[in-house]
Amino acid sequence: MTKLNTFRSGVDETGHFGIYGGRFVAETLMPLILDVEKAWEEARHDDDFWAEFDYLMKHYVGRPSPLYFAERLTEHFGGAKVYFKRDELNHTGAHKINNTIGQILLARRMGKKRIIAETGAGQHGVATATVCALFGIPCVVYMGETDVERQKPNVFRMRLLGAEIVPVTAGTGTLKDAMNEALRDWVANVEDTFYIIGTAAGPHPYPAMVRDFQCVIGNETREQMQEMEGRLPDTLVAAIGGGSNAIGLFHPFLDDDSVNIIGVEAAGHGIESGEHCASLNGGRPGVLHGNRTYLLQDEDGQIKDGYSISAGLDYPGIGPEHAWLRDIGRVEYVSATDVEALEAFKLCTAKEGIIPALEPCHALAYVGKIAPKLPKDHLIVMNMCGRGDKDIFAVAERFGFEM
Amino acid sequence: MSKQPETRITRRFRKLQEEGRPGFITFTTAGDPDLETSVKILDGLAEAGADLIEIGVPFSDPMADGPAIQASSLRAIKGGMSLRKTLAIVADYRKKDDETPIVLMGYYNPIYIYGVDAFLADAKKAGVDGLIVVDLPPEEEGELCLPALDAGINFIYLTAPTTTDARLPRVLEHASGFVYFVSITGITGTRSAVTADVAGHVGRIRAKTDLPVAVGFGIRTPEQAAEIASVADAAVVGSALVDQITANLDDNGKPGPGTVDAVLGLVRSLAEGVHGARKTEKAS
Repeated sequence: MTKLNTFRSGVDETGHFGIYGGRFVAETLMPLILDVEKAWEEARHDDDFWAEFDYLMKHYVGRPSPLYFAERLTEHFGGAKVYFKRDELNHTGAHKINNTIGQILLARRMGKKRIIAETGAGQHGVATATVCALFGIPCVVYMGETDVERQKPNVFRMRLLGAEIVPVTAGTGTLKDAMNEALRDWVANVEDTFYIIGTAAGPHPYPAMVRDFQCVIGNETREQMQEMEGRLPDTLVAAIGGGSNAIGLFHPFLDDDSVNIIGVEAAGHGIESGEHCASLNGGRPGVLHGNRTYLLQDEDGQIKDGYSISAGLDYPGIGPEHAWLRDIGRVEYVSATDVEALEAFKLCTAKEGIIPALEPCHALAYVGKIAPKLPKDHLIVMNMCGRGDKDIFAVAERFGFEM
Repeated sequence: MSKQPETRITRRFRKLQEEGRPGFITFTTAGDPDLETSVKILDGLAEAGADLIEIGVPFSDPMADGPAIQASSLRAIKGGMSLRKTLAIVADYRKKDDETPIVLMGYYNPIYIYGVDAFLADAKKAGVDGLIVVDLPPEEEGELCLPALDAGINFIYLTAPTTTDARLPRVLEHASGFVYFVSITGITGTRSAVTADVAGHVGRIRAKTDLPVAVGFGIRTPEQAAEIASVADAAVVGSALVDQITANLDDNGKPGPGTVDAVLGLVRSLAEGVHGARKTEKAS
């Protein structure tokens, strides 16, 4: 492993994490991307900006989210102590709101009058529509046509919140196409529009900015673990699609050598099946959506669709900081299949009375593999980044339950 | 201004300038609607009046393109088109025509996966003169622009209405061949620019470079092409040609017998429009 003085210096001045990241966008957008970067540089050094962010985190989102000792699961696994960082208890039911609050504060600061976003499962769309309602700013959400059909409850939620939903039929009509379409909208409406990207990916400064908003997860965990156990955790585990919940948990611990960090990708039907969305374990570096990162693609550089039972992980790329952390070896990236995630879903529901989203079920599946082999004083924190209400239809179908 | 590789592009623009007429640039996607038809179209473009040929390299996720060119890209990929095969098409074309400049237009990922050095060597050998890579702004010039100039290939930068006067020198620093002004803030084939606005922007660019300025995005008719050509060094038409291909597809997505003639017929009338336009005096 390359030994750096710090893994937390973040992005370099050209917007790269090692060779990853960057600003691979059309010239029409480039001046705007530079504006966002400048506005973000100013905002992140402004105490008033963070004071408003913190206020909304506490009183609107409901932070800090608890760090919960999952005692029955710990007993069940018979090894390490398992803690959940309970971001599923946030307003709107996932970690996504941490980021949308941050970005809408920046959009307002920049004087933007219209918000656009992409969404896959609809969680980021709901979180964006929510903050747009809160701030009274019009919102347009791009969503793949197949997802609009699959995620009707979230589509209805977004409409109730006042957002306009645009079903995307271009390309293959999935999350990556929704992101293409949002970028096309942005190119056509550069003057008044701000694009709230849902994960720690896209052109610089988005990956670093989204991470900084999500770091609230890791910063709280650090403090809470200190209170509960008087020390740092030994292992962190989080699910990775684009990777924003994971980087939020991981980043504050990157320089703590004693903390073992593991990201869990969605292996779908298994990496060898080719039907998965494990960009790090089953893809290779390429350039898409404004950044260089690991991508699912064919030998000609055409992007392939990801597959997972969890729509929130179903993206053919990953945030560029994860690509860098993988290459330098600071974080270990593994994967869990649909079947393993569903088993974890059942287990968590039965043992803890928590119905988890399918995304963190991938992380829990991996916890279930390592916890039994670890000593009883080993502390694992898993990010319970979303609740499962949105997934009950998909799960019912798998379990053969008529809804 | 940095290196200015001498290519068919620079020679062609010199010739146009000597003749005192604006140029007409066509865009079609390699392998659209199928390999055979796209090659037939390509073979007829110069005779129909194209002064310079842009060939689109199909990509699965063309972020800056509208529905017409997206669909053409997907048709081509479905038919097995790739960057490697696009270079083979250019190499074949060069056996028939060694004068008309060819510019490849597309997105970075297929080139990155091909390998930048191998791609530049193969492109030069095939007879490619210039590259337009939509998602490589000057901020990423080390990726492909600078190596391309070293390899003797023009790297053509896009400028947009959003490119401010303060930013223009940065964009023009390593621009070569010509400058491509994107006449609208938007994607290809969606709306059309106002000629007076275009003239203003072209003037801004000309004040900062001696390179020819071509204008594209949103030019659909011979009349529009003529208007734009009267205020620029060249006009680019893409989506309208691709729409002509689409209009000639049957229910199974196969091109009808009249496809090539229909496309080349449109090229001919657009070229007449452009070539009939009087060129205004350069501001400089």
